[in-house]
Amino acid sequence: MIGMNVEPTTLQLLWFCLIAVLWIGFLVLEGFDYGVAMLIPVLGRTDKERRVLVNTIGPVWDGNEVWLLTAGGATFAAFPGWYATLFSGLYIPLFLILIALIVRGLAFEYRAKRPEQSWKNRWDWGAAIGSFVVSLVLGVGFSNFVKGMPVQVAEGRQAVHVFTGGFWSLFSPFALLGGVVLVVLFLFHGAIFLALKTRGDIHERAKAFALKVGLVAIGGGGVWLLWSNLAYGTGLPGWILMLVAAAGLVFAWFMVKQEADGWAFVGTAVSIVVIAIGIFLTMYPDLGFDNSAAERPLNIVTASATPYTLTIMTWAAAVFVPIVLGYQAWSYWVFRRRLSTANIPDEAKESEPVG
Amino acid sequence: MDQVTLARWQFGITTVYHWFFVPVTLALSFIVAIFQTLWYRTRDDKYLRLTKFYGKLFLINFAMGVVTGIVQEFQFGMNWSEYSRFVGDIFGAPLAFEALLAFFLESTFLGLWIFGWDRLPKRLHLMCIWLAAIGTNLSAIFILAANSFMQNPQGATYNPLTDRAEMTDFGAVLTNPVLLWSLPHTLMASWLTAAALVAAVSGWHLSKLNRAGVSDDAAGAPSKDADDVSGDTDYADASGVTTTDNSVAAHRFAATFAAIAMIVAGVGLLITGDEAGKIMTQVQPMKMAAAEALWESAGGDGSGAPFSVFTIGTLDGSRPIVQVEIPNLLSFLATGTWDGRVQGINELKAAYAEGQLVDPSNKLQQAYADHMRAWGVETHTPIIPVTYWSFRLMIGLGMAAIAVALLMLWYLRKGGLPPRAPWWTLLMVLMPLGPLFANSFGWIFTEMGRQPWIVSGVLPTEAGISPGVTVLELWISLIGYTLVYGALAVVEVGLLLKYIRLGLPQVGPVEQIQDEHDVLSFAY
Repeated sequence: MIGMNVEPTTLQLLWFCLIAVLWIGFLVLEGFDYGVAMLIPVLGRTDKERRVLVNTIGPVWDGNEVWLLTAGGATFAAFPGWYATLFSGLYIPLFLILIALIVRGLAFEYRAKRPEQSWKNRWDWGAAIGSFVVSLVLGVGFSNFVKGMPVQVAEGRQAVHVFTGGFWSLFSPFALLGGVVLVVLFLFHGAIFLALKTRGDIHERAKAFALKVGLVAIGGGGVWLLWSNLAYGTGLPGWILMLVAAAGLVFAWFMVKQEADGWAFVGTAVSIVVIAIGIFLTMYPDLGFDNSAAERPLNIVTASATPYTLTIMTWAAAVFVPIVLGYQAWSYWVFRRRLSTANIPDEAKESEPVG
Repeated sequence: MDQVTLARWQFGITTVYHWFFVPVTLALSFIVAIFQTLWYRTRDDKYLRLTKFYGKLFLINFAMGVVTGIVQEFQFGMNWSEYSRFVGDIFGAPLAFEALLAFFLESTFLGLWIFGWDRLPKRLHLMCIWLAAIGTNLSAIFILAANSFMQNPQGATYNPLTDRAEMTDFGAVLTNPVLLWSLPHTLMASWLTAAALVAAVSGWHLSKLNRAGVSDDAAGAPSKDADDVSGDTDYADASGVTTTDNSVAAHRFAATFAAIAMIVAGVGLLITGDEAGKIMTQVQPMKMAAAEALWESAGGDGSGAPFSVFTIGTLDGSRPIVQVEIPNLLSFLATGTWDGRVQGINELKAAYAEGQLVDPSNKLQQAYADHMRAWGVETHTPIIPVTYWSFRLMIGLGMAAIAVALLMLWYLRKGGLPPRAPWWTLLMVLMPLGPLFANSFGWIFTEMGRQPWIVSGVLPTEAGISPGVTVLELWISLIGYTLVYGALAVVEVGLLLKYIRLGLPQVGPVEQIQDEHDVLSFAY
């Protein structure tokens, strides 16, 4: 294997791990708000019920999304070669993600800004479909990282790598399964979050849905994990992580049944963390690229920024990541109360516009 | 169209569009924070009404800024991957800092502010809008640091082993003279834009309130209609009822505050723009010459170079039909002396053709010089009509808005109100558009004036594109963004107009909820 004789510096290892942490933060946090958004048209029967769903994530979704942006920015700064080859190689998938993020982001902010039901329905579906598309594409993407995306050195440019697989190569059965599994996993995670954050009918419906989708998540996730370990495994660590991930999902399902919503949420969260660790383990040291055709590999060493830049970034991360974690945790604490339709105010009657 | 042209159009469209929302957001966040602070201090509910009213306009706008901003961070890697790889060691850090320091702060505390009215103590809630505003403005520092590197690549050198630019001095990146002047210039422009919006909205409402018997004091206004006592209606009611609340006082305060802010920002823009121009003359002399369509070098021989106010006719160096000039002003703007020498396009073109660097003292340009020449830059001149006119439109539109602000202050003096007339409404519609488009033209000038470079004097623009991306993919995304952005523009303008016309909301007492069964005072 090409990767065997790669000797990264401590800083390079640290930043590879930090980028994994940022992705994990994103997947755990925004994972549930994608799930909730996909469930708006499914679980919300009346407008007030839909508003309960939107309001469970209303104060926090934007902060959750910043984990993704920070992962992108950190990749750019710490591994410019990774950022350049990955983002240009996945041009159309990223374009789809961007459009979907635009629609779903505006949906939360704009749905309540007009009283017409048709306007709200349109944004609700925008939020649901947008979240679905992002989850699906990310699932397909991560599966391709596990498989390894083939790259080559660009003609006459030793340091420049291009993705050579082409758009349609991204849709292998393994990757498609990965896309579906991530959607289902987020639905499970999101339904549990809703059960945790609501009271009344919505709570019951979210629970019932979690029990159904949970079975699909356990089955589908199990197959994907088994497949990735058999075909692209990392040995013993991979198998251990797989068992923990599966156990987390099963634990979550039983906790939903026991009305222990908090523990159920811990179960899916742990499972997502562990699955992500497993994925990043397969991405070491080639960053999810397949270098077998490249004369010079694109990996944690060759893609990296200089020690000088990595040092500056490390100081910034050491100071600011704890602060960010602190105030984000505080905001979750402020909005800790469960919601029901009884908490949602009636829409204020609008006065007549001027002019 | 080829890949470079398509990628440039896409960057131009998405960036100019993004920048319709950001300047308003940058300063309006502070303006809302100031209104809320005044309410916190005085408990006068006119300030609370202003906070909620302009807060809503701010949020409608902020959402668009956020979602179109994500495209910006991603498209460097998508469309300009070779640029990203080449400068990532320097350019990536500010973007990562922006996400870590600015985005987390603004998004988390804005969420707390929007939903926290009845869950946080008043003081803590006030802190949230200030932190959100600070976060929003921190963004500007990092993005302008990144952009200033493209205009004047400081703090870096070239490493032939990795074939890229590498950072040598982060301090030099953050104290880039281009950054030091473009940052205040951009923030002042944001204040001009947001304040123009506030002045226009409140100025328009005041003109609608301008009728007999209206006064700033709610108690002084007689109420005619019995069912009007409830207080949930004001001048919005078409029945000819006299105003019964403090709308006039609130809008008067907002309009006066905003008009004064516009004038202060205008002075600041003049000063910072002047300094930025002098730096530009040093590090990007071609951009200065292109701003003026100055073909032949002028000044330095006892007389100064004139500043061209406008030109009718071609800008290709042949004789114009009409040209209005201010003698010696260009020398002063570019060099700080009335007879300083300003290099013309032809002189610079000849020097660059012989291999002279854009800024001969720049370390990265020196280190990369051989490779830069190997790229074979064909033309060293930006598109002159674009730079010439965008520069003038930037200045002209900004100044026009400030003139309207002065007019507004004149109408508002001694308790007066602006006239209830269609021309005033038209003026109020146009006033915020002036600075808004001045921002666009300023950036079009800055970015188009940097051409043919993506990193000034180092990497030609066409060398920065993604080697693996196809023309078809670019067409798909270009058409996709244009359609989605076009539709969203209609949605957003519709919402802004709706909430502007609804006017100041009625406000009740602000109290914290105690019980989990309490109805929230606000929810989406």
